[in-house]
Amino acid sequence: MSSPHSTKIKRRYKVLVAKLGIDGHDRGAKVIARALKDAGFDVVYTGIRQSPEQVVYAALQEDVDVIGVSILSGAHMHHMKRLIAKLKEADAMDIPVVLGGTIPVVDVDELKSIGVKEIFLPGTSLKEIVEKVRELAEEKRKKEEDLTSL
Amino acid sequence: MVKLFNKEAVEEIRKAIRKWENEVVPLWLRRIPERMEEFTTLSEIPVKRVYTPADIEDFDHTEKLGLPGTYPYTRGIHATMYRARVWTMRMFSGYGGPEETNKRLKFLIEHGETGLSLAFDYPTLIGLDPDDPMAEGEVGIVGVSVPSIVDMEIIFDKINMGKVTTNMTINPPAPILLSFYVAVAEKQGVPYDKIGGTTQNDPLKEFIAQKSYVFPPEPAVKIGMDLIEWSVKNIPKWNPISISGYHIREAGSDAVQEIAFTIADGIEYVRQLIARGLDVDVFAPRLSFFWDSHINFFEEVAKFRAARRMWAKIMREWFGAKKSRSMWMRFHTQTAGCSLTAQQPWNNIVRTAYEALAAVLGGTQSLHTNSFDEPFRVPSEFAAKIALRTQQILAYETGVADVIDPLGGSYYVEWLTDEIEERAWKYIDRIERMGGMLEAVKKGYPQKEVIDTSYRFQKEVEENKRFIVGVNIFADKDVEEIRKVPLLEFRQEEIERRQKERIRKVRAMRNEQHWKRALDKLRRSAERGENVMPYILNAVKAYATLGEIMNTLKEVYGVYVEPPLY
Repeated sequence: MSSPHSTKIKRRYKVLVAKLGIDGHDRGAKVIARALKDAGFDVVYTGIRQSPEQVVYAALQEDVDVIGVSILSGAHMHHMKRLIAKLKEADAMDIPVVLGGTIPVVDVDELKSIGVKEIFLPGTSLKEIVEKVRELAEEKRKKEEDLTSL
Repeated sequence: MVKLFNKEAVEEIRKAIRKWENEVVPLWLRRIPERMEEFTTLSEIPVKRVYTPADIEDFDHTEKLGLPGTYPYTRGIHATMYRARVWTMRMFSGYGGPEETNKRLKFLIEHGETGLSLAFDYPTLIGLDPDDPMAEGEVGIVGVSVPSIVDMEIIFDKINMGKVTTNMTINPPAPILLSFYVAVAEKQGVPYDKIGGTTQNDPLKEFIAQKSYVFPPEPAVKIGMDLIEWSVKNIPKWNPISISGYHIREAGSDAVQEIAFTIADGIEYVRQLIARGLDVDVFAPRLSFFWDSHINFFEEVAKFRAARRMWAKIMREWFGAKKSRSMWMRFHTQTAGCSLTAQQPWNNIVRTAYEALAAVLGGTQSLHTNSFDEPFRVPSEFAAKIALRTQQILAYETGVADVIDPLGGSYYVEWLTDEIEERAWKYIDRIERMGGMLEAVKKGYPQKEVIDTSYRFQKEVEENKRFIVGVNIFADKDVEEIRKVPLLEFRQEEIERRQKERIRKVRAMRNEQHWKRALDKLRRSAERGENVMPYILNAVKAYATLGEIMNTLKEVYGVYVEPPLY
């Protein structure tokens, strides 16, 4: 605790919970938003029917540590490809993206290969999700600190 | 007012219970303690070890039950129920373009399905044409894409619309899809009084659940009521609304909230229609309902019975309905999609069977049974066939359709029916004090209740207070089983391209002047506050597309954006 950084007040981890695409199934997104909030995160929930542009804009505007996307329309491959492309355009690939919803296990490898950090399959516990999001947020902050201490 | 149990009998039972609780039960508890400290239903209603007449000591047979087909219809709306005709087996289906869906409908009819039910894709559900930028990547995935009258015509190619009834799960664009349907039926030569089916057309629950809203609450309700008014006057066999608890339940409510919020929606619609000067006995017989059948077996059966009794009371006592048909709660049921698991997916066949049994014992008029592969995708033919066969086994092998309301008179089920009813009335009273459901929805009240309940349920699963086989109990480490599920394969990009091409062709071939005039007339009628239904029918016949009609209405009514609460 002797590091000069320890005197600085640590900002809480901040997560964007986003409903990408046009499906209205928001039960999961809302339950997870609340679980993250209860676990001490700052949470921004976008509401439904968001475009990739809107999600990237909100993520940058709110300076979030993780983007959590929820899709239950089956159109996840299409939307995630576009979201990752927009993040690259905005030079924001340092923000880890995770995905949950009705994602078939057969799609996991391809989603990871395009840059989705973690896929939460149906039935994943809130505890697992919260822990993984925390881990990804920590990693991102650590990278930032490493950069600023250079 | 004759009570079923006399005072002395109940007193004797009470004495026996006290003796049993003091002398017998403790011996057993000492041997093996009970599995849980408190047993509750999914709606958190505590349930006791056993039920006796003492739990329903004031039970009045006439007031609480009556007989099948008599007020208050607790035991069923018909005097003969499934002994005359089993429930309609109506499988919610549709994917890809109209060609794929036409093929699927014919497959289901061939295998004994008795009613049709169309599932639309997301762009159609919220009124977008397939070439709208927002529709990209979503065309044809969760249902069929139907942006114009031409698509509807293909869906019903070689299906006689005078012989089948069709449910359409559609809400803000309901007047448009109904117009497509009516116009195509007309082309087939079917007279208006032979057109049968249902439009979901339940605007209020869109704000509470489902979330395919487009217009703000007030115009959304207005348009929905336009459809009902037009329908009862022009297509008398149509069910213009399916007041739906299903989505509210799937969004995370419990059974009590499901029926309370849905009945409160129904009350709002009845008031709106009466305010238009319609006679309650003219429209009330055409109102229908839609319930979820969840996994907590007895609670579901009791829920169906309680809801039926409540609606009969409301129609007779609040709104002065005279016809028995006005008091009937006719309903469709779907087994609970949210009870299905991606883990050990074959188990879903068993869950669905129990849920279907609850719906049948609850006296449903029609039933959709979910396919086991639905946690992943729209069902394959193989999975849909098993789901349909599940209903056929219930209807023709088990004997459960031979006696009406066989659980009626069970101390537990009668007690639980009363309990659910009492709890639901409390919610309805609260909503009434807010000024009815339209006001309650604008305040966000039912929305908040649903979020709270869904979160509480999830916490209970996490804390192992509720069990889901394959998820938090008897889970397998190996997920290879999931990979073995043969999923429906179709080329989404190709379908999207085909649907875009077709809509462009429709726009290119139509008479520009007719089309423009029809949309102008629609806009003006909406601005004047008239019933928009005839103008929409006119516009679809001039080949106006779904998206064009919706945009015209949006210009007049505006669009709704939900406050992002969680």
